[in-house]
Amino acid sequence: MRLALEKRDYRSTRMTVLVPIVSLLISFLLGAVVLAISNVNPLQTYGAMLKGAFGSQTKIQYTIAKTIPLLLCGLAVGIAFRLKFWNIGAEGQYVAGVIGITWVMQFWTFLPNMLLLPVGMLIGVLCGAFWGGIPGALKAQWSVDETLTTLMMNYIIIGYAEYLYINAWKAPRGNMGTVRYPEFAWLPRIWGRVHSGIYFALILVVILWFVLYKTRWGFELNMIGKNRRAAQCQGVSIKRNIILAMLVSGGIAGLAGVIDSAAVTHQLTKGVNSGYGFTGIIIAWMSGLNPFVSIVVALIMAALETGSDALQLMKLPAAMGEVMQGLILIPLLAGSIFTEYKLVTHTSHKEATV
Amino acid sequence: MKKGIVLLLIVLLVSSFAFAQGSKEAASSAKADAPMKVGVIYISPPGDMGYSYMHDQGTIAMEKHFGDKIQVIRMEGIPENESSERVMENLIDEGCKVIFANSYNYQQYMLNVAQRYPNVYFEHCSGYLANDNMSNYFGRMYQMRYLSGMIAAKMSPTGKLGYVGAYNTPEVVRGINAFALGARAINPKATVTVVWTNTWYDPSLERQGAIALLDQGADVIAQHQDTTEPAKAAIERGKYAIGYNADFRGMIGDDRVLVSPMWNWGNYMIPAVQSALDGTWKSQSYWGGLEDEMIHLSPISPLVPADFVKQVEAKQAEIHDGKWDVFWGALKDNTGAVRQNAGQKMSDEAMLTMDWFVEGVIGKVN
Repeated sequence: MRLALEKRDYRSTRMTVLVPIVSLLISFLLGAVVLAISNVNPLQTYGAMLKGAFGSQTKIQYTIAKTIPLLLCGLAVGIAFRLKFWNIGAEGQYVAGVIGITWVMQFWTFLPNMLLLPVGMLIGVLCGAFWGGIPGALKAQWSVDETLTTLMMNYIIIGYAEYLYINAWKAPRGNMGTVRYPEFAWLPRIWGRVHSGIYFALILVVILWFVLYKTRWGFELNMIGKNRRAAQCQGVSIKRNIILAMLVSGGIAGLAGVIDSAAVTHQLTKGVNSGYGFTGIIIAWMSGLNPFVSIVVALIMAALETGSDALQLMKLPAAMGEVMQGLILIPLLAGSIFTEYKLVTHTSHKEATV
Repeated sequence: MKKGIVLLLIVLLVSSFAFAQGSKEAASSAKADAPMKVGVIYISPPGDMGYSYMHDQGTIAMEKHFGDKIQVIRMEGIPENESSERVMENLIDEGCKVIFANSYNYQQYMLNVAQRYPNVYFEHCSGYLANDNMSNYFGRMYQMRYLSGMIAAKMSPTGKLGYVGAYNTPEVVRGINAFALGARAINPKATVTVVWTNTWYDPSLERQGAIALLDQGADVIAQHQDTTEPAKAAIERGKYAIGYNADFRGMIGDDRVLVSPMWNWGNYMIPAVQSALDGTWKSQSYWGGLEDEMIHLSPISPLVPADFVKQVEAKQAEIHDGKWDVFWGALKDNTGAVRQNAGQKMSDEAMLTMDWFVEGVIGKVN
């Protein structure tokens, strides 16, 4: 008997529901083994992690605040993934956005106060779009592999950001960061730690859902992703769509950076490459590129991080938080293969006689 | 969409279970005469054997000193972004009355939290921000850097010294300048070449920085980094090293680690917590020196000639007694411009904002 994976003819509804549940259970079981080895009660630990993420108003606020940039990065990556363009560069596009808004906040002081924030946000988004557009254009024009270009462009922009906040734009007194944005140009908080960036994120979810599922462009992107040749035959311009999708993808990642710096950090500083862009890849993947599902996945990812403080409070080593996050993710990601493929057994005559 | 709903349901189910559990715990933890809780936030795990390790030595000294009067909660490897605010609030949720944080870029986040929790005392190591309920504290490490520079120049055959620096902050720049002044007091031709790693804690980058300096011919490597890697790289090439934070000679087990400028954080943390216990806590910007033993030199390697050790000790005594300090007298920067005239003493403010290198340092601050 031989096991093999066979592509499903259609996505099974039963499997779409079952797989994440079973994966999640396996995840928690795997985590439980590690926790048990570390001499703590796994159930109590999971309880503490949940309490850490949702146990009080403040904790819920921090978790939601963390969800906002994660969701935006997930949406950004999801668009590119639709046409099977592997954008690993949301991290860099996020940083480009922060650089853009910081540039405006620092040097466009001739603007009236009211305009500083909107113009800064716009420029930041454009910077993100530009940084995403370059690998898009390279791919469209010369078929340069995007996995490498997007990844490498992260390092360029992160290095440049470092140069800016450590050297060129450094605030006086040797602060590792730029001067903070003027207070009138901050994005306001609306509920404790939760800031108004959440409106941008949620509205964008609706817009993207509409564009991707209800418009011709969304249909074209899907078609390119599913079957490039067929799309070409239908007269869909692949080049144009790749560049366009990457401009939008980079722009949204840039928006994530813009919002986080305008609402939370108020400067370009150490820690700008926070890993949101990379987590966005996981979010896009796990949500099946669906904007609405992304909200839930982003919330889970945020909760995994905010909740892992509880592990240290239980005297577990700091690295255990990351171990748990990884353990919980792997089965979820691996499980998603079963929604697309099914496990079949081949029985050949030879093997049957053994 | 269905997938999402199911996931959401699971989250809700499990969380309701957790809340139920939480309320039981809360009821049992309210006891009279409970120890005061103290939260400690580290930038890296104390296993770095450097910066956070020494802070943890201070925390351990504090735990020993107070016994069951306090209970310490440690949070390690906390990034210097809004996550640190969350961690501080979590510590306050756990009941902490005093919170220490040990790295420069926590300061803005700590100030944000301090303004929201006026009844909690905040202690920030390094930096300059303060509040009615928030102090910053640090030590005059540059004095020890000067002494270690003397030793480095004495033992260096070529006078080419290398220095692996983390960031171009005034603290690091001041340390490099002090080291160079100490070296040139012994060998006026000595030079100090600087490489920046742009990280406090990255064992592999720190090592690469040291190797770059060794390749350029440096025969003593000093460092402002969190781990022993730069020193180890020097030792492996058969060169000398100057440690930092902790006694690297003991850790690496090689006498070619000549000396290590060291911290003694417990000497600040213990009185700070005592004043919180007594209700006499006051906000301050503290910059302690030899007199309260915030800083000191590790035992000096037996490879250093004994009569020279006496010379170093004599200098240390001068600093201790306040008869002399590192940045007193005429100073030129490394472009040759005069920065301070003979007879002048540099102010604390000028030291705390230092952004230029003294003569003999090869490198740029910016």
